[in-house]
Amino acid sequence: MTNTTKFKMTNTTIIPAAERKLKNRIGVGTAIRNTCTLAFRALLKMSKNPEIFVDFVVLPVMFTLLFTFLFGGAISGNITNYLPIVIPGVLLMSSFTNCTTAGSKLREDVDKGTTNRFKSMPIARIAPLAGSLIADLIRYVMGGTTVFVTGYILGYRPEAGILAVTFSIFFMMIIAWGLSWVFAFISMCTKTISTASAIGVVVMFPLVFLSNAFIPAETMPSGLQYFVLHYNPLSRVVMVVRQLLTYGTIGANFWLTLYGTLAILVMFIPLTLIAYKRKA
Amino acid sequence: MMNNNAILAVEAHSLVKTFGDKRAVDGVSLKIPTGSICAVLGPNGAGKTTTINMLATLLKPDAGDVKIFGYDVQRETQIVRQLIGLTGQFASIDEDLTALENLTIFGRLYGYSRKDSKCKANELLEEFGLSDAASRVLSKFSGGMRRRLDLAVSLISQPPLIFLDEPTTGLDPRTRSQMWQTIHNLVKCGSTVLLTTQYLDEADQLADNIVVIDKGRVVANDTPDGLKRSVGNSSLHLTVKDAVNTANAAQIIERMLDAKVQLAEASELIAPIDNIDKLTDVLTTLKNAGIALSGVNIVQPTLDEVFFALTGEGSKDKKEEN
Repeated sequence: MTNTTKFKMTNTTIIPAAERKLKNRIGVGTAIRNTCTLAFRALLKMSKNPEIFVDFVVLPVMFTLLFTFLFGGAISGNITNYLPIVIPGVLLMSSFTNCTTAGSKLREDVDKGTTNRFKSMPIARIAPLAGSLIADLIRYVMGGTTVFVTGYILGYRPEAGILAVTFSIFFMMIIAWGLSWVFAFISMCTKTISTASAIGVVVMFPLVFLSNAFIPAETMPSGLQYFVLHYNPLSRVVMVVRQLLTYGTIGANFWLTLYGTLAILVMFIPLTLIAYKRKA
Repeated sequence: MMNNNAILAVEAHSLVKTFGDKRAVDGVSLKIPTGSICAVLGPNGAGKTTTINMLATLLKPDAGDVKIFGYDVQRETQIVRQLIGLTGQFASIDEDLTALENLTIFGRLYGYSRKDSKCKANELLEEFGLSDAASRVLSKFSGGMRRRLDLAVSLISQPPLIFLDEPTTGLDPRTRSQMWQTIHNLVKCGSTVLLTTQYLDEADQLADNIVVIDKGRVVANDTPDGLKRSVGNSSLHLTVKDAVNTANAAQIIERMLDAKVQLAEASELIAPIDNIDKLTDVLTTLKNAGIALSGVNIVQPTLDEVFFALTGEGSKDKKEEN
């Protein structure tokens, strides 16, 4: 950029307000288009920040290797026998880790003033929020794929085949996406981004470890076992994935977790939107 | 049908916004005719940004109402949003993306097709002298370039009303005057501009009308000249080379400017001057009288003086500094 730059203003005449065709509402089509544009923006940003790949490539690989070699021998006698137990668990954990950070990008926009700009524009109110969270879907698919590829390298061959693997990844994507609205809501309510991620960690660790994600519930003391199997919804998610991968079937737990996710979405999409509007 | 020119671009009536127990904006009323530049002048924390945010549909006023081109901001929000462009105080563009990507995305959001938004983006980059940097990531941009890109984003939809919140704060003088030129051009093309500023000279340069805000209230609403008149004139500061001539020089100036001369230091004279043209005569006469000078300065009334005059407050220290 040289210092001699001059503005070349093309003198396009502005159309006066009175001569414009204006509508006082945003149609569904516009809302969807806005959302897609902003999802594209989020993905574009993601592709320019390689460090964000740590979340959905490095972490899943690390979790898989760590848990397999650490617990494999102790729990299942050897690594190969442990893989069918641990892979669904790692899938859950990496998706869950990703969705706790769902709100941070949004908060960044709010804190930086980008949201103010969005607010002054004739676009759907939900678009910045939905766009960012929809872009997250890609992250869950990438994270899930990484987990299965790592498992495959270690010798994991799910009985139900590749179709079940694909289905599991998408199932987990939907569950994680539903949960990400909860964390998006939390990040809109806290004072700073770091508080929100701290809450994410505090919620995530007990929920993931007090489930059957890494350790079969049968080995736990009976009181804990009861909690793990009946009260921790994440256990049911893991059971769905295990059943899918082993038998290629879906059962009652599948619908239960799906309805649960739907309930979360119905509750938290409006809540998050309200919190977002208030914050921005 | 009403005549176009009769419709005010902005018409705000006794706006109030309270944050906690602080009345950030306390009964601000504004009228901005279409095609003019209005400057909202005030110190930090006077309520300038809060006012702009209420006009630009970002904040809901606690009381009062706003009409933008006759459309009610609260009832016809989406229509108003199609008519305004807002450039906030903090650059709201994406650091991670390039200038072109930023503009294209906003173009898409304003409803242009992929091709049109790219076209529009390139056009704006050209206009703002950013073509060379189009594919550069924003984090490598200078403050001035960012500000320009931020303004370019507001212009994508060619809105008839543009809000600029402190458009030149923190810019170097060169970029600042470029920004002024851009703003002038906007109005030439038919836009109406409302800008906030902390600098009297900026308001003076740009605005048709200046609204002075202090502590959430409008303390003055006038043309630049009217405002300056109300505060007092510019003053002539003149330093005589040889202190012996001081009294003599003072006499000459008093006679020619028909005003009282103050003696600041042994050889510095200060006198109010309402017509700068008289300066030439003063200097010629002094020269003919054989009085050599070592310094001449015209000092404009400063914002601080404006505030002192308008509110009876303001920082005493600063006033002396000036």
